[in-house]
Amino acid sequence: MTMALAMFLFFVSITLVITYWAARRTSGASAFFAANRQIKGWQNGFAVAGDYMSAASFLGIAGIIAFQGYDGFMYSVGWLVAYLTVLLIVAEPLRNAGKYTMADVLAYRLSARPVRAMASLSTITVSVFYMIAQMVGAGALVALLLKNSGISYHTAVIGVGVLMIVYVVFGGMLATTWVQIIKAILLMGGTILLSILVLAHFGFSFAGFFNAIGRVTYHDKGVEVVKDFLQPGLRFKPPYGALDLISLGMALIFGTAGLPHILVRFYTVPDARTARISVVWAMGLIGTFYILTTFLGFGAATIVGRDKIATSGGTNMSAPLLAQSLGGDFFFAFIAAIAFATILAVVAGLTISASTSFAHDFYTNVIHRGTERKQGEEVRVARVTAFIVGAVAIAIAILLGPNANVAFLVALAFAVAASANLPVIVLSLFWKRFTTRGAVCGLGTGLVASILLIVMGPSIMGVDAPGATAATHLIQSPPIFPLENPGIVSIPLGFIGAVLGTWLGSEPAAEAKYDELLVRASTGIGAEKASGH
Amino acid sequence: MRHDDESGPIAGELTPEIGAATDVAPVGLKTKPGHELTAAEDSDPVDWSRVTQMPEFRSMVSAKLRFIIPAVVFFVVYYFALPVLVGYAPGLMSKKIFGVINIAYLFALSQFFMAWIIAALYLRAASKFDQMEQTVIEKAKAELGSQRGTK
Repeated sequence: MTMALAMFLFFVSITLVITYWAARRTSGASAFFAANRQIKGWQNGFAVAGDYMSAASFLGIAGIIAFQGYDGFMYSVGWLVAYLTVLLIVAEPLRNAGKYTMADVLAYRLSARPVRAMASLSTITVSVFYMIAQMVGAGALVALLLKNSGISYHTAVIGVGVLMIVYVVFGGMLATTWVQIIKAILLMGGTILLSILVLAHFGFSFAGFFNAIGRVTYHDKGVEVVKDFLQPGLRFKPPYGALDLISLGMALIFGTAGLPHILVRFYTVPDARTARISVVWAMGLIGTFYILTTFLGFGAATIVGRDKIATSGGTNMSAPLLAQSLGGDFFFAFIAAIAFATILAVVAGLTISASTSFAHDFYTNVIHRGTERKQGEEVRVARVTAFIVGAVAIAIAILLGPNANVAFLVALAFAVAASANLPVIVLSLFWKRFTTRGAVCGLGTGLVASILLIVMGPSIMGVDAPGATAATHLIQSPPIFPLENPGIVSIPLGFIGAVLGTWLGSEPAAEAKYDELLVRASTGIGAEKASGH
Repeated sequence: MRHDDESGPIAGELTPEIGAATDVAPVGLKTKPGHELTAAEDSDPVDWSRVTQMPEFRSMVSAKLRFIIPAVVFFVVYYFALPVLVGYAPGLMSKKIFGVINIAYLFALSQFFMAWIIAALYLRAASKFDQMEQTVIEKAKAELGSQRGTK
């Protein structure tokens, strides 16, 4: 295993050097951004894909499919279809209006202080949820690489988590467009290679591959089971499975358009047309990747097997273990390094969106009414915030343990984003009567409802079977809310909160500015053009 | 006043060296970047309702809605048909078509192509919207004499 570790470190450092070099080169040739500042559509499409495909996509989906077959593929479907919401509803109006974050959109015609305060709270919450999953993935990955050295998952999470946050805060701030582009290319390359190896294992016979999926053998409580993994229902079981599946679907397709680090991407392109083209590029890449999760997930189920994955790293390690059994330690180290780079890039993007949102929206704009009192104060606040957010994510990742599937965890972040952020973004763009109170109520209701329902749901509450070796539920009592994903209840609640809040009173000032927002959002008049001014 | 016209690193910014100016919200800057301006700060002595009442503007908005609303309804219905059928009609969805490949997997796979096809159709329709948008912008600029119509 030390051989694999050495190669892993080698690949990670190569990735870091390449990204650092690429990023430097970009700013050296400052003409690229400063003079034209035009990121092309395809480049931004790669960057969106890079930002989007986190540990959840690569490690998580492969794991869910490897353990629960077809039901895991539902994540893949939802995460692509989600981009239709982005493409048809959100991307172009946001770019046309020249807005950067959700707080910018809301503050445009509503009262800036309350909406910025709530928006930054919601941004931080979504980022923490998203980050927990990345930390779980990184910890499990490093624990697997250091398996023989006696380092536990807990130590690995703390070590890797702290290193990542320090690196992001004091080091390069790797969330630049180019880093995401390179990461997306690496991830696509690794996934395609792994898929080809899976097919090669079955002598390039699709029939052979699918026949193997039709009879996957594993042990459940010591009893040998043979299951058709293409059959739905291995994860989502009656009585609440069907509702949970719909709930998950809602969170996935409405959550993407509310993710802070994805919305920011549409500001880096020169105009709405390029934003549109970049979404379509991203859809091509992301869709291809998610179709290939068929090979990653079912490949792990058939070639590695559920029994072996469960004992040697857990659900999230399915893809790396698949690489190991197909291509040996070298390929394992390569895939592990790609997964690590993926996590690092996403953590960077999240840390930055969370900490700048807090420092800027909350600390400076809300507490100090828009003025920075001392030079560099905001930067300091942002750094402190980044450490706090990182520490919270690390602590929760330790509580959850290595067997919490990261795709499932990220889906919770999507549920929060869909419940709190999406309703207010859509209503402020398309509803003339929308008010500050409506925005605050909508954000608050969505946020509180989604978090409460997650805590009261079966992933946190539950009674462990007697004799279970490790506690799997944080609260030992029967769940109050029966669904894993709160979306089906909390998303409508977010909308209802926003609408009721608006009906409580009127805000003529906000209504008066609607015509201007409408013209700008649908034509782009007056939006900052990236090129020239 | 716009921060991102400066090409060099900006003192106190979190991403002084390797960040593209647009990649993250710049922190620690004195001036407010354009995307943060509120309608009041960014106001233009322009009567925007005159633009919204222009026939060209109205026909552009309704042309967009004529595409977007049916497209959204279609994709939402098509998408949720999958979890609803998988959840409530597992017998039907488990029916095998080729070998072990069942309706559930084929339907899930078809979602990818549905998404790609709608995206392609939208790209085509949107090029027409872009032309209509151009007409609106030209007319609005001529009529209102806005200083800001820099597009």
